Amino acid sequence: MSYKANFRVWRGDVDSGELRDYTVEVNEGEVVLDIIHRLQATQAPDLAVRWNCKAGKCGSCSAEINGRPRLLCMTRMSTFSAEETITVTPMRTFPVVRDLVTDVSFNYTKARQVPSFTPPEGLKAGEYRMEQVDVERSQEFRKCIECFLCQNTCHVIRDFEDNKPAFSGPRYLMRIAELDMHPLDVADRQKAAQEEHGLGYCNITKCCTDVCPEHIKITDNALIPMKERVADRKYDPLVWLGDKILRRGKTQ
Amino acid sequence: MATGTAAPGRAQIEERHLRTDRWWLSPAVTVTILVAFIVYSTWRAFANDDYFAEPYVSPFYSPCLAENCDSMPLSANAPLFGDWWSLSPALIILIFPLGFRLTCYYYRKAYYRGFWASPSACAVPEPRSKYSGETKFPLIMQNFHRYFFYFAVIVALILSWDVLIAFRDEHGAWGHMGLGTLVLLANVLLIWAYTLSCHSCRHIIGGRLKHFSKHPVRYKYWQFVSRLNTKHMQLAWASLFSVALADLYVYLVASGAFDDPRFF
Repeated sequence: MSYKANFRVWRGDVDSGELRDYTVEVNEGEVVLDIIHRLQATQAPDLAVRWNCKAGKCGSCSAEINGRPRLLCMTRMSTFSAEETITVTPMRTFPVVRDLVTDVSFNYTKARQVPSFTPPEGLKAGEYRMEQVDVERSQEFRKCIECFLCQNTCHVIRDFEDNKPAFSGPRYLMRIAELDMHPLDVADRQKAAQEEHGLGYCNITKCCTDVCPEHIKITDNALIPMKERVADRKYDPLVWLGDKILRRGKTQ
Repeated sequence: MATGTAAPGRAQIEERHLRTDRWWLSPAVTVTILVAFIVYSTWRAFANDDYFAEPYVSPFYSPCLAENCDSMPLSANAPLFGDWWSLSPALIILIFPLGFRLTCYYYRKAYYRGFWASPSACAVPEPRSKYSGETKFPLIMQNFHRYFFYFAVIVALILSWDVLIAFRDEHGAWGHMGLGTLVLLANVLLIWAYTLSCHSCRHIIGGRLKHFSKHPVRYKYWQFVSRLNTKHMQLAWASLFSVALADLYVYLVASGAFDDPRFF
């Protein structure tokens, strides 16, 4: 069944912009990205939108639909009523390039600030041995498709531009947690998480988890465990004393 | 200079947010329930009356840590505060469950959203211009949640004892059970489930380990707590209701509003 849907799409660039109204045909089974493509094909050939796989796996088509951060390709039109006006805007945490396309280089800068996997000294590539039970916890975080919806929705940087230098965002704090939980990683991730990547700014309100299209439990499985590990190192004298007395190391 | 979603370089959209759903409902419900609980528990904590009806002890008054409590045979009382404490004894012991819930990772989310609007809902802007999260005093103290967890375990053990002594009749004879026994039992089960599903518990049990393979028993426990942890929010609310209802039940029986129905 087809119908005409009312869309409001943000059109503009870094200097100015506005929400423009369109009426577009919608067919059964379509997603918002299909409608944006139809808009390009029929009414707005210069509409800029970033997309690639159309299967929720490349993380390119991140935007905001009715004010909620979502992937355009994973938002079914059947979730809206035919009378509803659907508003599509670019992600509002990052600088806009044009229309629905944003400059997400903030995330690449933050990614480079996280030291890569650091195996024990003397252990060469090809000699890594580990048990599945030790790595499976951090494998959940490898599902990340880097759509940056979690970064976009996180109020720490969305609402406070000033915090961007101090806070790496849920995506990269999750990366730090992944490495800290890795059985062969020996780098000191815990102090860095708090002091260099701003873990303390996170107030665990779970918006990152809410928007993750891969359903990664970012807050419960990465951020809170990381906060507890930081508490071990920085705020718990009993753990410190226990580590000293029992000579427990970081490889426990 | 404009900040937040109006910061230079970002898409210039007049509306502060464009959400069309009822995003305000969840924080509004949270605030309503928490305020209702605060009002009720404050009244009961200061009341200093009707908290014991043989063999039931209200969870708000157990254990009693002062000497000005009612006589409560077999209860796990320890008058550490002696006779100089003249206020309600509930005010001493309630600090521990209050601290546990106040620093709980779930409740933090609930009250940051509900009371602080930080944020009220995802992609709804905050009504302030500066934010430092949990990096400064007093919110940096949230990192002491684990200490409240330790106390919460002790409190849960004492409440379990209170359930055990509730298997008596109103004259103190063992082997009996009333509706109050069931109420206290349901409450303590929910308190235990909430306490053990805590994120700090999950970390202490096994989350802090780098090699589960070297600690198979702790790994098993960690898996159990992790499963429980996925229900932490539901358990937080259920145990909040149950503790208030358990206190209300004891209050009604103690004040003579009705007699405790006895099963055997």
